[in-house]
This record gives sequence, C-alpha cells and structure tokens, in this order.
Amino acid sequence: MSTTLSAPALLEQANHAAAADVPAVLRAARAEGAEQFAALGLPTTKNEDWHYTSVSSLAAIPFAPMTGDDSDLSPDALAEHRLDASWPTLVFVNGVYQPSLSDTSALPAGIRVLPLGDAVSALGDTVSRLLGSTAPASRDGFTALNASFLGEGAVVHVAKEMVIDTPVHLLYVTTDAGANGMHHPRVLMLAERHAKATVVESWVGLTEQPYFTNAVAEVVVEDGATLTHLKVQREGRGAFHVATIEATQGRDSHYVSFCFTTGGALSRSTISTLLNGAGCGTTLNGLTMLDGAQHGDVQTRIEHAQPQCFSREIYKSILDEHSHGVFNGKVYVHPIAQQTDGKQTNNTLLLSKTAQVDAKPQLEIFADDVKCTHGATVGQIDQTALFYMKSRGVDADTARQLLTYAFAADVLETIENETVRDALELVTLHRFTSLATVTG
Amino acid sequence: MLEIRDLHAAVDGTPILKGITLTVNAGEVHAVMGPNGSGKSTLAQVLAGHPAYEITSGEILYKGENLVEMEAEERAQQGVFLAFQYPVEIPGVSNAYFLRAAYNAKLKAAGKEEVDPMEFLDLVEEKLKLVDMDPAMLHRSVNAGFSGGEKKRNEILQMAVLDPTLAILDETDSGLDIDALRIVAGGVNALKRPDNAAIVVTHYQRLLNYIVPDQVHVLAGGRIVKSGGKELALELEARGYDWLLEAVA
Ligand SMILES: Nc1ncnc2c1ncn2[C@@H]1O[C@H](COP(=O)(O)OP(=O)(O)O)[C@@H](O)[C@H]1O
Ligand SMILES: [Mg+2]
Repeated sequence: MSTTLSAPALLEQANHAAAADVPAVLRAARAEGAEQFAALGLPTTKNEDWHYTSVSSLAAIPFAPMTGDDSDLSPDALAEHRLDASWPTLVFVNGVYQPSLSDTSALPAGIRVLPLGDAVSALGDTVSRLLGSTAPASRDGFTALNASFLGEGAVVHVAKEMVIDTPVHLLYVTTDAGANGMHHPRVLMLAERHAKATVVESWVGLTEQPYFTNAVAEVVVEDGATLTHLKVQREGRGAFHVATIEATQGRDSHYVSFCFTTGGALSRSTISTLLNGAGCGTTLNGLTMLDGAQHGDVQTRIEHAQPQCFSREIYKSILDEHSHGVFNGKVYVHPIAQQTDGKQTNNTLLLSKTAQVDAKPQLEIFADDVKCTHGATVGQIDQTALFYMKSRGVDADTARQLLTYAFAADVLETIENETVRDALELVTLHRFTSLATVTG
Repeated sequence: MLEIRDLHAAVDGTPILKGITLTVNAGEVHAVMGPNGSGKSTLAQVLAGHPAYEITSGEILYKGENLVEMEAEERAQQGVFLAFQYPVEIPGVSNAYFLRAAYNAKLKAAGKEEVDPMEFLDLVEEKLKLVDMDPAMLHRSVNAGFSGGEKKRNEILQMAVLDPTLAILDETDSGLDIDALRIVAGGVNALKRPDNAAIVVTHYQRLLNYIVPDQVHVLAGGRIVKSGGKELALELEARGYDWLLEAVA
C-alpha cells in the first residue's frame, strides 16, 4: 500500500505496520509517532525554519515503505562505498538491514554496534534510555514520521573509557529496486564517559529514481567523551533526503560532526547539539556541493546551556547551475552560559549566475560574558587569483577548477580520519573538476 | 625581444598609460622607475595580460608577435613572467602543485612530455637553494600566510622554475630587508642569460646596486619622461623625481 505523506491513511499504515512481531518498545513509539504526525503534518514554508525549503514536491509523491529488495545491488558498487572494508560495517539496502553484507566481527571489546531490531533485546537499556530522548516525536513532522515507522536503524554503544580508533560505518544504499520507496532509519549513539569513537554514516543512491530517506539520529555524549560523527550524503539525483541529528553533551565532552552533502534532488540536514555540561564543546563542519536543480539545506543549532563551552563551525557550499543552497546556523547562548566561546564561518562559492544561496547566521545570546563571532561570505571565483594562475601559464579552465577545489579543501582538511578525508577529497575533486589529483 | 610602440591603456575608461615606447633586446636588463601612481604596475600588468586593462592604441610585439592578442596563460607559456608587486594568496592550492601545474603547462605548450611529481621535486629542490627557501614551503598553500619577504622570494622561485624569456619584476624589492634583497637579486642575476631579458620595476635605486641595468627609464603620468644609463638611477636617488616632473610639466 502506498499513499502520499499528507494523507491520513498514513496513520493507518503505520498502525498496521505495528503488528504483533514488533517489539513493544518500538510499538509504543510508533503509536506516538503516528499520533504526533497526524497533529504536526509536514512543515510548510510558513514555518520560519522551512522558509527556504518547500517539501510540497515530496508530499505529492506516494512513497511506499522500502522492502529491502537487494536483487539489483552490484557488489562492486557496494564495495566502492565501504570506504574501508575492514571497518565494522552495517549495511542497509533499500531500507533494510542486510546481515549478509554486514560485518561487525572486528569490533573490539567495549563497543557494541547492532541493528536496531537486535538492539531492542540485546541493548534494551540503551534503547529505552535514548529512544525519543533527544529527538522526541513531538519535535516536528519528519521526526514523528520517522517514529511512526520505527524498525530499521542501529545502536552504537561505547562503554566508558573505551577509546576506539577504528571507525564504525553505517552504510545505507538505495538502488532502482528502492524507487518510490521510503525508509526511516533511527540511529541511537551513546558514548559513555571518557569514551572515544568515530561513526560514519554514508547515504548512497545507485539510482536516479525518486525515493525518500527520513533519518533520525539521537546522540548522547557523556562527560569527557569524544564522539566524531561523519555524515556523507551521496544520495541519488532523484532522492529526497531528510536527516535530523540531535545530540546532547555532558561536561568536558566533544561532539565532532562533519556533514558532507552532494546528492539528492532535495536534501535537508539538521544537526543540533545541546552543550549541557560545563567545558564541553562541539565542532560542526560541513561541505555542500550542488548543481543542476538540486536543493540542499543545512540547519545547525548549537545550544550553549552551560558555562565555558566552545563551538566551532565552518560550513562551505559550492553551488553551480540552478542549484539552491540553504544554510541556517543558530547559536543560542543561555543566560548561565558565561564564557561561551563560539565561532561560526559560512562561505559560499557560486559557480553560475543562476545558482542561489540563502544563508543566515542566527545568534541569540542571553549571557553577557561571551565571545561569539560569525562571518559569512558569498562570492564567485576570485578573479585576482584566477589571473595570477593564468599569468603562470595555467589555463583558465584548470585554474578555475583548482580554485573551486581549493575553496573546499580547507574544510575537508578538518576531517581527522584520513580514509574518510581522502575519499571525500576525491569525491570533491571529481565533482567539479577533471583534475586527477591536486597533491604533490 | 620586446617592442612597445606608443602604447595607450585605460582601466574603466580612464587612460593610464599615455604613449609608452620601449624596446628591450635579448640579454638586456631595463629598470623602470618612477613615483607612486605613475603607471609602472599598469605597464607590468598590461604586459602580463591582465583583462582589466584595455589597450586603446599602440602595439606590443614580443619575439615579433602581437602580444596583445594573446591570453595571459599563452603569454606565460611563451616565456613572459611577471613577478607581482602584490603576490596573490591561494589558500588550498599547494605551492608544489601550483609550480608543477605551471611548469607542465609550459612543457605542454612546447609539445613536450609533462613531468611527474618526483622528477619535478628534484628540479624544484635545486631552485629552492637559489632563493634560500625552506623546502617545507612547498607544502604550504601558495603565499597563504607568507610574510612579505616570503611572498617575494616565492615569486623568484616561480620565476626560477619557469625560466622565462622575458621577466618583469614589479617592485620585488619593496619591503625587503637587505638580506632578502640580496637573495632576490642573486636569484635574478643567476637566471640572466644572453637569450633572455628582464624589466625591473622599482621605486628605489637600492636594488640597482645588485641588479645592474643596461637602461633606466623614468615613468611619470603614464609616459616615459626620461631614459638613460645606470647613472640615471643614481641621479634619481640623489635628486628625487621632482626635478623631472617639473621639467615635463
Ligand atoms: N585597476 C585599476 N582601477 C582603477 N585605477 C587603477 C587601476 N590600476 C591602476 N589604477 C590607477 O592608475 C594609476 C597608476 O597606477 P599603478 O600602475 O599602480 O602605478 P605605480 O605602479 O607606478 O605606483 C594610479 O592613479 C592608479 O590609481
Ligand atoms: Mg606599482
């Protein structure tokens, strides 16, 4: 059965899907999600946070829940997106976890990585603690919708004081078999105190067909822990991608996020963190690269709720052809959050006259002893630099490509994991240039 | 090698160069001096092919060919090199990569094989010594965060790598301390050959103690108001520019 997302029949569908084989904890969450979705619906552009992103085209398509059909998945295509085949990896194909393609045998002691379905029993406490904690169904229509279809996703639990060097990879692949399908993965991540780990979430579309990803991640970073969360969005050109990441942080913790956006017809990533312990900090960086008629929206929200916390944010966009980029960087500083140290930078490079950007920093500061800066630029290729390169014999095309790549390079350099950094550098290089390499 | 005939150039409709005639032969070094705003950098940029400057009349022949018709990159590939008064910072592009891209562009234009990074590194290391530059600079972004002196040295490094036929140095000496000045001048002198030439634009006579010019030209108000031998530079140092400006006014 498929139906458009705005129709009340969806409720029915969600309730129906909440059949007997679904664990009670998920069933309850689904019921609440469906109820909230009925009340909230999908946002409209009248909603201030959705002013520049209309989801009416998404609401018009009757998506059916994806079934996990992996019959047309090419092993080579999958292999290419594994980043490093030795990493513990959960693979989801067309919305459904694939045990045969996944491997977590290399996981060291102290970290558990399970598909959500298995985690309900094996990591029951973590699931009940995190589910709906940072992203309750009442948050907005998309979160409610995700809750109403709860079932797929993953739980990453890092035990206290465990320092895990090898990244965990959650890889979501959609193929032609997933056309007109939707999936609503939920990821729960818990880094207990003084733990350290890296989680990479990759979204890959091997189809040009429309489909709908509606992901929610709930992240808890306890006192002294460091969690690095890298999101790589390379959905197909017909895809709708909505991702909501809600983190909360304890004292002296560090949440490091990188949001790489290059796919999808329409994408929206919301990354939000609550700095809820003194001395903690967050680093939210990202790169968006769009062309054609792509629309890519990134919303970040950093909430300084305790004193002496820091936030560092660099977001860059490269927009070509008729694409439309949106960036909204909110920083909210509570009255008690004295000695907040915040810095936000947002730069957009427009490669065509028809590309469009709506970018705004949004600083709401209610403490008096704070240092918060923000800077935003929107510009074209630097003509001075272009001439300088040409004056050295580099042809205009190559020079333009080099400058485009260079614009992106400094934010990519902030990715600490070399494998991910190298991979994204290559994706970036190939996105707007015909250069084979820019090293050496 | 270079023949400039009654060159007039404007920017945004404002005339800046108002009839420059200058001939530079192979093996020669010409100094172009003059007060601030006289058009020295404009002349240099025009020779390099900056698109903001419009040639309103006159001509420039380089090795007998019409230079004005050539794009900036083509001029460079044919051996024209401008050391910028204000070298441009290019964050995100490494010096090594940039140098190699420039070097290969020139090879390619000459129909030669491009060099790979390893071969190129050998070549560059030798040139680095010429300007006394730390090899670590190769891995930094082009000019980004360089000091004034480092930027000027980097210009000379680029020049050394590209081995130009016609080098134009636009106030490469400005802002350099005496040691840096010696290094820069030493680099220029080391590259001097009977089959190439240089135009050294400078505000001060000081540089000409190290780079000895065959001719000195004084630019004022977009015109060459006086030309002479190297002793003209000394006279300018002693008397300033005012007497010349008064004479032409
Ligand atoms: N791009 C430009 N736009 C506007 N005016 C310019 C530009 N370049 C040069 N000029 C003007 O042309 C004159 C000569 O400048 P310049 O060639 O830089 O002199 P110099 O190098 O001798 O100090 C000055 O009056 C300067 O303001
Ligand atoms: Mg000048």
